[in-house]
Amino acid sequence: MANTYYISAYCSIQSGQIMLNGEEYFSAEGADFADFAKQAYKHGETDYPKFFKMDGLSKLSFLASDLLLKGRQPDGENNTALLFANASSSLDTDVKYNDSISDKENYFPSPAVFVYTLPNICMGEISIKHKLYTENSFFIFEAFNPEFFANYAAILLDTNKAENVLCGWVEFFKNDYKAFMYLVSKEGATEHTTKNIQTLYLS
Amino acid sequence: MSLKNVYITHTNCITPLGFDVAGNVQAVAGGVTGISHQQDSNLLPEAFYASVIDTAALNTAFAKLSQAEHTRLEKMMLLALQPVIAASGVALNNRTVLILSTTKGNITALKSNEPLPDGAYLQGLAKNVANFFGFATEPIVVSNACVSSIMAVSVAKRLVQSGLYDNVFIIGGDEVSEFVVSGFNSFKAMSPVPCKPYSANREGVTLGEAAAAALVTINNQNAKAVIVGDSSINDANHISGPSRTGEGLYRSIGSALQEAGVTASQIDYISAHGTATPFNDEMEAIAFNRHNLENVPVNSFKGYYGHTLGASGLLETVIGLESMAQGKVFASLGYDEPGVSQPINVVSKNKDREINYMLKTASGFGGCNTAVVFQKIK
Amino acid sequence: MEALKQELKEKIINILNLEDITPEDVNDNDPLFGDGLGLDSIDALELIVMLDKDYGIKLADPKEGKAIFQSIETMAAYISEKRTK
Repeated sequence: MANTYYISAYCSIQSGQIMLNGEEYFSAEGADFADFAKQAYKHGETDYPKFFKMDGLSKLSFLASDLLLKGRQPDGENNTALLFANASSSLDTDVKYNDSISDKENYFPSPAVFVYTLPNICMGEISIKHKLYTENSFFIFEAFNPEFFANYAAILLDTNKAENVLCGWVEFFKNDYKAFMYLVSKEGATEHTTKNIQTLYLS
Repeated sequence: MSLKNVYITHTNCITPLGFDVAGNVQAVAGGVTGISHQQDSNLLPEAFYASVIDTAALNTAFAKLSQAEHTRLEKMMLLALQPVIAASGVALNNRTVLILSTTKGNITALKSNEPLPDGAYLQGLAKNVANFFGFATEPIVVSNACVSSIMAVSVAKRLVQSGLYDNVFIIGGDEVSEFVVSGFNSFKAMSPVPCKPYSANREGVTLGEAAAAALVTINNQNAKAVIVGDSSINDANHISGPSRTGEGLYRSIGSALQEAGVTASQIDYISAHGTATPFNDEMEAIAFNRHNLENVPVNSFKGYYGHTLGASGLLETVIGLESMAQGKVFASLGYDEPGVSQPINVVSKNKDREINYMLKTASGFGGCNTAVVFQKIK
Repeated sequence: MEALKQELKEKIINILNLEDITPEDVNDNDPLFGDGLGLDSIDALELIVMLDKDYGIKLADPKEGKAIFQSIETMAAYISEKRTK
């Protein structure tokens, strides 16, 4: 890596709890994801009714990204790239959509479900909300891959394709979910290294 | 900082028009389409058009390569990639990685009621492909809707340029499945006739299936082109509808041109997305005009292959690179009357054309776009 | 007809996940798209599925939806005339 970058903010969402920069931001333990997501959305006081049309992966990604992007630079001028990955792609919604076409006696494919059968839709949702006309890419790994994230974020910054990179591991399958997001910037407290990313992921 | 040149060298594709590049180019040059009428209630209750690979021919070809058990998509991918690896002579060591790109992978695995096989996960699919050849590194999967495989070219170039790898093999593939056919049909996006990109008479998408493979490398031997600029910028507009201003595509092209250090006037040929939906083709025409690219010969290969989803970007690059090598642009099959509000120079019949710089573009659901500029090797 | 309108309001809110909107909030002549309920192109496609699934009406051309889905009033009039279930 040619230059030094920093992790300027980070958050995680799992098991009904949202952590922001190492501190609890919200929790609703015991709630299923749909209920938890609704409560977290209300708690965040972001007015965005489209949230309720999203699938689980997009809701999870939206909640995490909103914590890190809210109130930052003016919309449309913020060159924050999105670098996302997970293990299960959009399988959770794929299974739901597949159920809607498997019974030929009751065959009504739903366009509103089908559109979410792509993992990158969650980045589209975030780009729309925060007017991010920026580099977007979605990768699939077997497990969180801090080395790839570190390398690829540095490439985006080194080559001036972006000024910040929002990195997100957003895994959602069968009510099992985890989001870990962090913002890589040119300034900040924690140095952007594979080791630091891994430490924050596990924290 | 002077950046290393990154080359695209060996390529291959498995499509309804042939199982190698030469056969495909010959078919395209002859105006042959892979699109045919389909009446298969396992895919859709009503008849439709699609470009589908003959399964018996695929199995016969695969049997010559291996007796191992693989899904239909895996067979397409393995057959596409094998000659690329063999011809390149590249060692599959820790300087070499596989990028697998797909929109829906082995989605047909969901049809059975059995527990999901590993190959239903995209990393599982990638491992099935990587292990077949014995890659030493963990594969990277790009799944970014219909720009997946052209984004993979961009990712490969960046990984090589930054020094992380010397060689990146790319495989892109997608199948015509009940899943995607029913989904596009629910979007009322399917054309009742073979698709007609950019035509006033276009009525929507025709789906297709293919696998395409390429080697992106630091080594200029056998290079077909240098990958000189690339970008993938979001529309930030709508999750399924293309931007009315072509914003993301416009910005992606701008970023790719800037990195390449070329102006729009130096682009000799555009291999565009051209899905033949009313809004997509219109959006592209707007984005091209915003860059003053309206006079550059442009075509869509969807009239030959249908929309092969995640495979399309790389497949169309593979054919586009042959255009570059032969100094010839191919007719945009299905085009008749101008059908977009801004002027663009759609190639109506095959013609000779010196191509030093080719621009490849693609767009997809989620507001994604990718643009890559290729420079001919002098 | 009033019962059908009430049913449509409930269905639309439910199918299109319109959070924090009640049937009482929707007037019969409010525009459903644009400034009204703010529905978009995917919602329109979902309403086409609803016509088929719940009322046995198959739209040959999705463009027809524009006139039908103007408001609860226009939807109810169309459905009561064309429904097969």
